[in-house]
Amino acid sequence: MIRRPGCSSLHPDGYRRHVADPSTETPSEPAPGDSAALNTELGLDEFGESPFPGARRPDRNYDLQANGLRIAVHEWGDADAPPLMMMHGGFDFARTFDVFAPKLAEAGWRVVSWDQRGHGNSEHAALYSWDGDVRDALAVFDHVAGGRPIPVVGHSKGGALMTQLADAQPHRFSSLVNMDGIPYKRNIPDIAEHDRTTMLAKDLAGWLDHRRRTSTASRKPGTLDELASRRGRMNPRLPHEWLRRLASTGGFRSDDGWRWRIDPALRFGGFGPWRPEWMLVRLPGLPMPFLGILGAQMEEMGWGTPPHKVAPYMPLDGRCEVLDDVGHFVHIEQPDVVSRLVLDFIGDPT
Amino acid sequence: MSGEIVMLRHNRIDLALHMLRAHPIDPDRPSRPLLLLHGLGDRSPDAVPTWVADWPGPIAALDFTGHGASTCPSSGGYTPELLMADVDHALAHLTGGDPDTSITVLGRGLGAYIALQIAGARASQIHGAILTDGPGLAGGPTGPTSQAVFSLPTNGTTPDPYALVELGRDLRPGDYAVSFVNLANAGAPVASPITVASSFHPKWLAAVVDSPGVVEATLADALASYA
Repeated sequence: MIRRPGCSSLHPDGYRRHVADPSTETPSEPAPGDSAALNTELGLDEFGESPFPGARRPDRNYDLQANGLRIAVHEWGDADAPPLMMMHGGFDFARTFDVFAPKLAEAGWRVVSWDQRGHGNSEHAALYSWDGDVRDALAVFDHVAGGRPIPVVGHSKGGALMTQLADAQPHRFSSLVNMDGIPYKRNIPDIAEHDRTTMLAKDLAGWLDHRRRTSTASRKPGTLDELASRRGRMNPRLPHEWLRRLASTGGFRSDDGWRWRIDPALRFGGFGPWRPEWMLVRLPGLPMPFLGILGAQMEEMGWGTPPHKVAPYMPLDGRCEVLDDVGHFVHIEQPDVVSRLVLDFIGDPT
Repeated sequence: MSGEIVMLRHNRIDLALHMLRAHPIDPDRPSRPLLLLHGLGDRSPDAVPTWVADWPGPIAALDFTGHGASTCPSSGGYTPELLMADVDHALAHLTGGDPDTSITVLGRGLGAYIALQIAGARASQIHGAILTDGPGLAGGPTGPTSQAVFSLPTNGTTPDPYALVELGRDLRPGDYAVSFVNLANAGAPVASPITVASSFHPKWLAAVVDSPGVVEATLADALASYA
C-alpha cells in the first residue's frame, strides 16, 4: 500500500485519516472541464461538472495501490468522523453517491467510497471478476479501518459484493445495508431446452466477439447530453439533469466528444456457473444487523427481486424495507427517505 | 523452442502462441491445426510432444494469461471463461479469421475444461475437443461454499499465484459443463465433438462423460479420429 500526500498515519482509534485539502489535490485524471469559457457554455460549474440540486463533490479524493492496481477513493464528511463504507453498483462509480453520501456525512459520518476496478477514476484492469472486486474492497477496508467493525452500505452489485464479504469476514462489519442488491433467481418460463441452447450460443458468440475487439475498443463519443440520454435508456426513472451530472463526473472530454471513463472491455450481461440464488442463501447466516432496501419497480439494471421471495432469507437480526413507487436506484430517487432509513438503522456515529 | 512464438493481443494481455509445427507433415495433404492447451500452473511444451507427433497437421500451443510467456496481470481476477477467450484469440489466428475453417483442440487438466468451453462456444470451428488428465482438472466446488478473501505476493513472473488459486477453486457445476456439450453437439462439424481421454473424472467431467454424443477413447484413438 502506498500512502499519498495528505494521508496521515494510523490513529490510536484504529482509523486512518485523510486530511488533504481537495482544492490542492492532484486529481487521478485531468478534470474534464479545463476551460472556464467552455464550462460556462456547457452549463458546467468551476470543476467542469454539471450541477444538480443537493449534489456535492467529495471532500477528499486519493488513490490506493491495491495489490498493484490503482483504486480511486472518495470521501465525504469530517476526516475525523467515524468511517462508513459505501460501495457502488456495476457500471456506476462512487460519484453516483454525490447526493446520498453528503446526507450521511452531515449526520456525522465520514463516508468512504471507491471506484471499482475499471470504473470511474480507478485503473482499467486486465482481468475482472467478483473475487477481484472483493479483494480491491478489502484493500480499502484495510486502509481505512484495519480490521475494526464499521457500518457498510452497498448498492446493487455493491450490495451483493458486500453481502459476500460480510459472510466471509463478518468481523469487519458493525452493520450492513443492502440497497436493491439482493440477487434472485429469475425463472424464464416456457422456453424449451433447445431454445435455451440457442440463447446461450448467441450470448457466448457475442461475448467472444466483444473480447476480440477489446484491445482496440473505446467508448462511443458524444455530447454530454447524448451520454446522459444513452444512460437514460437504462435508467428511465432518473431525471436528465442527474444523468447529465453522472456523465460529467463519470466521463471525460476528448477531442471528438465526451466518453464514459468505464473500461470498454466491460460489458453488460454475461454468463457463467454462478447462480443468483447462491447469494440469497448467504443472507440468513449473517451475524451483524442487516437492512435490505428494495425498490418495487422493475428496471433493466436491477435484479428484479420480489420482496416476498427475500423475506424467508432474512438474518436473525435483519429486516427488509420495500419502497413501492421506487426503482433500482433507491438512493437517487428517494435520497431523503433512504438516508433516514440508513441513519436510523446504523445509529448515532458517536 | 522449436518453433516461432506469435504474440496475440487480448485486451491488455499479450498471449504467447507457440507454433510447434508450422506446416503439415505432408505438404501435399492439407490438415487442420491441432491446438494444445496446458494445465493449471503449467506452460506450453518447447517442442512437439511425442504423444501428438503423429498428428498430420500444424501443431500450436497456447500459454494462458498468467502462464508461460504470456503477460502476468496485476491483482488477479481469473475465470475459466477469460481463458476461453484467450483460446478464441488463438482460434482466430490459426484459422486466419475464416469462420468456415476449423481446428482440433487437446486440453490437459484445466486446459481440458477450457477445451470443452471453446468446443461449445465456437462449435462450428472446433473439429473435435480432446479432454485429458493434467494439473487443475478437478477445479473447485460445484456449488456455493464459504470463501476466503485473500491477496498474494506477486513479482510479475508466471505462473501467477492468483491464477493458481482462482483457477484452482472455480465453480464447475456439472450442468454448466453439460451446457457446453449441448452447444457442441448442436453446432460442431463432427458427430462426436467431445472425446474424454482421461483416467480421472471429477464431477463436472463425469457429467460430461454421461452426456449424449460424448465418447471415451485413448488419446491416440481420439487424435486419429479427428485427424
